[in-house]
Amino acid sequence: MQQVLFLCAGLSIVTMAGIVFVLLNESVYSVLGDQAFFQEIPLWKFLTGTRWHWDSGEFGVWPLLTSTLQVALIGGLVSVPLGLCSAIYLSEYATPRTRRVIKPTLELLAGVPTVVYGYFALMFVTPYVLRPLFGLVGLEVGTFNGLAAGIVVGIMITPLVASLSEDAIRSVPQSLREAAYALGSTRFDVSVRVVVPAAFSGIVAACLLAISRAIGETMAVVIAGGQNTPGGGLAINPLREVFTMTSYIVNVSSSDVEAGSMEYKSLYAVGLTLFVITLLMNIVSQWVMRRFREAYQ
Amino acid sequence: MFPTMTAEKPISLKPQVPLREPSAATDDVQRAIKLETRHLDFYYGNNQALHDISLQIPERSVTAFIGPSGCGKSTFLRTLNRMNDIIEGTRHTGDVLLEGTDIFDPRVDVVALRKRVGMVFQKSTPFPKSIFDNIAYGPRVAGLKDLSRLTEIVESSLKRAALWDEVKDRMRDSAMALSGGQQQRLCIARALATEPDVLLMDEPASALDPASTTRVEDLIFDLKSNYTIVIVTHNMQQAARVSDRTAFFYQGHLVEVGPTQELFTRPKEKQTEDYITGRFG
Repeated sequence: MQQVLFLCAGLSIVTMAGIVFVLLNESVYSVLGDQAFFQEIPLWKFLTGTRWHWDSGEFGVWPLLTSTLQVALIGGLVSVPLGLCSAIYLSEYATPRTRRVIKPTLELLAGVPTVVYGYFALMFVTPYVLRPLFGLVGLEVGTFNGLAAGIVVGIMITPLVASLSEDAIRSVPQSLREAAYALGSTRFDVSVRVVVPAAFSGIVAACLLAISRAIGETMAVVIAGGQNTPGGGLAINPLREVFTMTSYIVNVSSSDVEAGSMEYKSLYAVGLTLFVITLLMNIVSQWVMRRFREAYQ
Repeated sequence: MFPTMTAEKPISLKPQVPLREPSAATDDVQRAIKLETRHLDFYYGNNQALHDISLQIPERSVTAFIGPSGCGKSTFLRTLNRMNDIIEGTRHTGDVLLEGTDIFDPRVDVVALRKRVGMVFQKSTPFPKSIFDNIAYGPRVAGLKDLSRLTEIVESSLKRAALWDEVKDRMRDSAMALSGGQQQRLCIARALATEPDVLLMDEPASALDPASTTRVEDLIFDLKSNYTIVIVTHNMQQAARVSDRTAFFYQGHLVEVGPTQELFTRPKEKQTEDYITGRFG
């Protein structure tokens, strides 16, 4: 039995190793003797280039990177305050009965297919929210834009932020709350001055995890964000279209590119970049968890 | 601060005749009543935890509550600053009067009440902040922002809690790094920083080593000239050492209350005698 369980655990590690191997094989060094991506395009050009034009052989990752960061940043700006406030409400203010209703509802939000969010952004957020709003100040909003994509990604990861932050907040010992109340704190003082700081490491980790989820999010940004950056350059303006790393992978995978071509290999290079970024975020969130966790008796 | 109201219920001063010269260990001197409960019943849901408790606590003295686990002494202590309010499904009948004012009156601000009636818990509960920020917490939630005034309060509170000399050079360090005994004195200092009149202590030394316990007991002794102190303790020797009056609780009832020396030497009730002679509990 132990061997069976070991195999199950081992299988996921082997799969992981396989994925990493394929990514490295196609992008860094090909064991079969083909030219890997970075053997044709120098790494420094990939990491410093600000244009992504495969027709002219320009593979600078920054247009994709800025798109991804833009969506993730907007997603974070939406989800962190929303999720944190929900978590504080659920843990510190809601009666057990309210909590029993709201918490599952919030978690249901996490179960909505991401395609639906994409359409919601494209068909509702852009035309009925952003266009009228920015129209007031005379700004034009593209059919595809990073803002709408970022907003729905933010809504999408809010339950994750809320749920993980709430776990962190609830693990703050009750004795700490009582001590704060005994010093003449209002419920708000207790939440903001004692509970949230005490749960800080868990909350930061929750946010980082949610944002790394936003970075990896695909469907919603493909539908709402667009398939190119303005002029193939950096994605700076959130009202214009974006081309995230995930969108690029979808775009190229679904078009008929020849195996072995540069576009084909670039998929792996972008995939590897995405992998490294989310891996780093996860490592940082783990580190924050350990480094800033308060030990309570 | 605390709203003063017209005394609908006049404070009755318990007629006490001084029997002998007031000493440090006994309290037969006539003192004003700081806290009083009248026919207090308390319930957790349908479970009655306190039965008809009527008790008077004189000011600037130490009153100890003793009794076996689950006798209701901590529950009673926690009604005195309405800490039980934050537990779901609790209710009470009867009155708790602080200087004659019913603390459960709807006009009473519970936040202001808890500033006046401070509390120290069994487990030390430093906030995960610096030593300075821990002590400054109470004044800050009360709205004080002036740093020089805060610094003064922090220093005087730490001095009163006999912790100043040990921590004065590391005010910015985390309070979590202090030893158990220091943490407990920090919590006492933190409670003093809100300038309460009454200090409720729920087994403040039960988790401490003997040396730290002695320091906390000495501290209680020093503080009573300025504060009304109510202490719950498991330890009868401690009650005998630090308190002026002792109340014995058993199964949610107040069995007996009186000057500590009398209660320990000549208990009036059989249950009290059985408990203090170690026949149960």
